[in-house]
Amino acid sequence: MSLIAAQNLSKTYATDSVEVKAVQSVSFEIKAGSFLCFVGPSGSGKTTLLNLIGCLDKPSNGSLEVAGVDVLHLDRKAAAAFRGENIGFVFQSFNLMPVLTAFENIEYPLVMVQNKPPESRRARVLELLEAVGMSDQKSKFPEQLSGGQKQRIAIARALVTQPKLVLADEPTANLDHETAYTIIRLMKKMRDDLNTTFIFSTHDTRIIGEAEIVCTLEDGKLVRCEGTHA
Amino acid sequence: MRNLFKIALRNLRRFKRRSALTISLIAFGVLFVLVFVAVTASIKDFMIAQITDSYLGALQIHRGGYVASIESLPLNLNLTPAAVSQIEKTLAGIQEIEAYSERIKFGALFSNFTETTNIRINGVYPEKECAALPQMLSRISEGEKCVRALEKGKILVPKLLAQGFGAKVGDTVVVVATNKDGSVNGKTFLVSGILESATGPGGRDGYINFDDAKEILRISGKDVSEIVVRVKSLARVEEVAQSIRDGLGLGEKKQKGGGIEVHTWSQLSPFANIANMIDLMTLFIKLMLIAIVLISILNVMIMAVYERVREIGTIAAIGTLPSKILSLFLVEGFCLGLTGAIVGVCFGLGVIFALNLSKITFNFGQATGLVLAPTIAPMELVTASLMVIIVSVLASLQPAYKASRMEPIDALRHI
Repeated sequence: MSLIAAQNLSKTYATDSVEVKAVQSVSFEIKAGSFLCFVGPSGSGKTTLLNLIGCLDKPSNGSLEVAGVDVLHLDRKAAAAFRGENIGFVFQSFNLMPVLTAFENIEYPLVMVQNKPPESRRARVLELLEAVGMSDQKSKFPEQLSGGQKQRIAIARALVTQPKLVLADEPTANLDHETAYTIIRLMKKMRDDLNTTFIFSTHDTRIIGEAEIVCTLEDGKLVRCEGTHA
Repeated sequence: MRNLFKIALRNLRRFKRRSALTISLIAFGVLFVLVFVAVTASIKDFMIAQITDSYLGALQIHRGGYVASIESLPLNLNLTPAAVSQIEKTLAGIQEIEAYSERIKFGALFSNFTETTNIRINGVYPEKECAALPQMLSRISEGEKCVRALEKGKILVPKLLAQGFGAKVGDTVVVVATNKDGSVNGKTFLVSGILESATGPGGRDGYINFDDAKEILRISGKDVSEIVVRVKSLARVEEVAQSIRDGLGLGEKKQKGGGIEVHTWSQLSPFANIANMIDLMTLFIKLMLIAIVLISILNVMIMAVYERVREIGTIAAIGTLPSKILSLFLVEGFCLGLTGAIVGVCFGLGVIFALNLSKITFNFGQATGLVLAPTIAPMELVTASLMVIIVSVLASLQPAYKASRMEPIDALRHI
């Protein structure tokens, strides 16, 4: 069964007199548990597509179902609640809260989004800290961590609510090559352990090989999808 | 809620200098308001006490229409003995009343055998008058003290009159008056003391014994022009006045028409307007505090939102509801206001304590060397603090609302 189903998905941005077709009539299905990568040059529509899937933006045309929900008709509050329950995000610039420790950053969605009780929160956060190999750094603030460590924390934060889907927009863009590999492998391991679907975007050709499905975008169009589960 | 406070406090600590500046601005405003309220309240209380304890009393009871024509001191508008008896019974039943004194007032001629002028005579019972007006003693600048100075055959002469006539303690003077039947009568008096005016130059009130007044006016019964009442707490004077009215069975109609009238000091003295102006100034100072808090919190919270757009985008993207984002910023504003209020109250109390220790003196009317003793009611502390906290939260509302309405995608793109 597909976790994501998109039909003729389009997104057009209008700026003054210019119309930019960021995504053009894209149709695809993504199965649960996939480890998929959108590739393409800058401006090909990778980020826009991830934003549409992540309910952060609304398409101009087409239909989109995520986890069986028609997400196009969710209002602001419902979309926020849907994201909080079903989607985890990993950002290029890590986007950790600077005033919270590593532990508290991972805990944040459980506290502020899902209102989980403290006992269950603690156990879950410790489990994820262990899983991403950051148990010994849990009391450090983001400014005390390296880029790779921050991204590990970001991955743990994305997974802490046990979402069906994790979206990562250029998660390795701010990391050196070796760390980038480590992060992608960590994401894959988490997918294997938790069966969470991972969709990420990159234009780094060296890590594309780690993805099981590679979908190529060019000028907002989905040119092809290749891979073992494609 | 605990986590909201934790995040808010850490965010405030993150921008230490800005938070400290805002908190100190609020604290300074609170301190200024508290000290101003304490000092003005102290001066106002002194002034009111000086007026009520030295000549006016906390409230006065007259026959209906007497106050309206008080300048002519009409003897035909005196309270009748029956009315006086009824009033005394009522006053005896009210716990809040400390003392009262009956007066008979009339206009008279005052002569030192070579010159003559007019004088306003108050016939009083010495013990009662001195109990109802404890500051009366301090007004007698020369001669005998309160009760002895008002024994039969003695007169307390107002200072300006004494100066004008060259009258000294021990001199003999004559008081001549016309009673309500038109008969003229006079009596010689020994000047027992010189009476300072309570509020400054002026005043033609002389004091004699009630029995002497009756003799001059040829009154056999207990005619009384006014009854001056001292209350245990000036703050409750309106309440006491109402109790007296209720006790006397005075309705609104009787108040305005004949019968008996009960007036508080503020209805009788123009100083009440000055007291009201002081209250008005205090109100404006409080409004200034509100403006300070409003502008500083609004400014700091707008900056906080502007600087944290990407953070807002991140927490919105991961599913934080708009209401929670709103709460995050409101709590920050609340914490700023609360901290500012606490610091301001602490320093304010410190300054008030220091002012009390330094024993600053001031003059009011003829009273000199009054020691400034600023005090602040706990309710004023609570009011000022609550005002600051509420305004802080209200000032945070607009920036917080703006943060909660941000589209995560736009916020995440913010550089």
